[in-house]
Amino acid sequence: MSPDLLIGLIITLVGASTPILLAALGELVAEKSGVLNLGVEGMMLVGAVICFAVTYNTGNPWLGIVAAALASTAVAMIFAVLTLGLSANQVATGLALTIFGTGFSALFGRAYTGKPLALFKSIFPDWLATHPVLKVLFGYSPLVYFSFAMVALVWWFLAKTRGGLILRAVGESDISAHSMGYSVIGVRYGAVAFGGAMAGIAGSCFPLMLTPQWVEGLTAGRGWIALALVVFGAWRPIRLLGGAYLFGLVMTIELYAKAGGGVAHVLPSQFWAALPYLATILVLVLISLRQSSNTSAPACLGKPFLPTN
Amino acid sequence: MSMLSRRNILKIGGAAAALPLLGRGAYAQEPLKVGFVLIGTPDDNGWNHGHDMGRQAMEDALGDKVTSTVVTNVAEGPDSERVFRELAQQGHKLIFGTSFGFGDYMLKVAKEFPDVKFEWATGNATAPNLSTYNAKFHEGRAVLGTIAGMMTETNKLAYIGSIPIPEVRMGINSFAIAARKVNPDVSIKVVYIDSWFDPAKEADATRALIDQGVDIFASHMDGPVSLQIAEERGIIGGFGQGADMSAFAPKAQLTSIIDVWGPHYIEAAQQVLDGTWVESSTWPGLKEGEVVIGPYNEKIPADVVAAAEKVRMGIIDGSLHPFAGPIMDNAGTERVAEGDIIDDGEFWAVDWYAAGVEA
Repeated sequence: MSPDLLIGLIITLVGASTPILLAALGELVAEKSGVLNLGVEGMMLVGAVICFAVTYNTGNPWLGIVAAALASTAVAMIFAVLTLGLSANQVATGLALTIFGTGFSALFGRAYTGKPLALFKSIFPDWLATHPVLKVLFGYSPLVYFSFAMVALVWWFLAKTRGGLILRAVGESDISAHSMGYSVIGVRYGAVAFGGAMAGIAGSCFPLMLTPQWVEGLTAGRGWIALALVVFGAWRPIRLLGGAYLFGLVMTIELYAKAGGGVAHVLPSQFWAALPYLATILVLVLISLRQSSNTSAPACLGKPFLPTN
Repeated sequence: MSMLSRRNILKIGGAAAALPLLGRGAYAQEPLKVGFVLIGTPDDNGWNHGHDMGRQAMEDALGDKVTSTVVTNVAEGPDSERVFRELAQQGHKLIFGTSFGFGDYMLKVAKEFPDVKFEWATGNATAPNLSTYNAKFHEGRAVLGTIAGMMTETNKLAYIGSIPIPEVRMGINSFAIAARKVNPDVSIKVVYIDSWFDPAKEADATRALIDQGVDIFASHMDGPVSLQIAEERGIIGGFGQGADMSAFAPKAQLTSIIDVWGPHYIEAAQQVLDGTWVESSTWPGLKEGEVVIGPYNEKIPADVVAAAEKVRMGIIDGSLHPFAGPIMDNAGTERVAEGDIIDDGEFWAVDWYAAGVEA
């Protein structure tokens, strides 16, 4: 593999990994607080369509990203009111949220299909962003750098701050947190809102970085990969980062291998398409083989909290 | 017309079942209800868009005599069976299924509703009340291959395939044979997406191909995203599939293959109205105007346009066949002898790639 090709591969890999990383980070925080939100795919689609609409109409991708985050947070709040306020089943409500997001984005997006958008490119000066070698560091959309910053921020928040400790306590033992005087429901509202905002920003990666258009169902299942990633990363931000890039690599290397000809074609293309899922199963098996408190789900994940007094 | 998603068709089905109670003697003749089952949405700017344009042409041409129902986003698989049955139960007398993977389910439902006519796009089996209809897209791909072979600077072409079925394989072969005819040095890299719809993966595949030196490619996917990536990366370009996609890539779309389904839909509906519909397999192409080559990009040199037009006209007047021998496969075996062709019957059994294809 020539250096140019390797740089091309890395740039494509980073693009493929960023949306699943962002969405999974948001879901990780929600799950750490004990809330399982299966609506990631729906929230991503809402974020994608709102980002497209706002960017298309204003020409400003920053506004598009902010609007996507707000819109997906609003959608996440529907989920929060139902599951936290009314103690509805989280699995069913999350699935309903995905169906809602898919339908809403399709309806809202009808005015925007068939319209192209400019890509949101690197904000570094051209001599860095398009330099044949340095572009591997500077050639990305700001969303990519944002995703790295968020990994660090989420890690720091969960591991090093008092707020993170409270959030984890709420997810591990809601009764204890409640009896210590923390607002379990309040913390969970915040975590779900953060998950929504991150899913919205993840959705905005599609029109801004990957596929500069809107079309119904644009995310094509990436939200479900993000959900799997949280388990894959054992609810830890740094492992999540590794997992997202491993998934991105598996998805991307297939295309580069096929485009390169030769040995890749010995294996049928269906095998390559199944590879990310095989990798997931393999890692899940490995995790369960060495089960420890480090790798298990938050104890209260998915359980509604009903304070008794 | 009405737009349904597969999720609420059941509800509407319930409502429709109640309608006969409201008294239906008001019309002398009931309009023919025509159902269309799409794998994606008409907004895809490609394959499904083409079928929906055809449906609109049918409504425009036949006016009050027909009404149509479109069910979008129907996955190829068991779920589609329910959709076809539902449409038949609602009184649709002519139902089009517009994807290869609907076939098994259509055959099953067609048996249950002998008085309903079914038409399976790109299908390969018929029944007394199930016809197939298709278009010779591979004829158009011979024109694209000619342009690509003459214009490439790197001699690396590519074909972004959807799913490895005969239709797609023969599109690749037609493209490759035509390109090698004008430029024996080209190779054709093939990447399958393993889906009809995954824009992000398609975009990444395009990036992967461009990173490996490909400067012109054809696509068998349902949308324009690969052309947008080509436009952004500034390569020579690619080709629109199913519809003119120049709005997405004014510089990179060299030309496009446009599917024109309207005449077929009008004819089929008229035959059902007249009671003359019979089991058939239609497979028109460039000559009949069901496959149309869109406008040529102005950056294509005049001699290339002339060569492309020569191929197009040759196919139309019958003097040129896209699969005329001698044809070698990519392992060096002669598959079609000089003076022979791959005829329409042999087409579906081809399981090899032509010389120059890396797949």
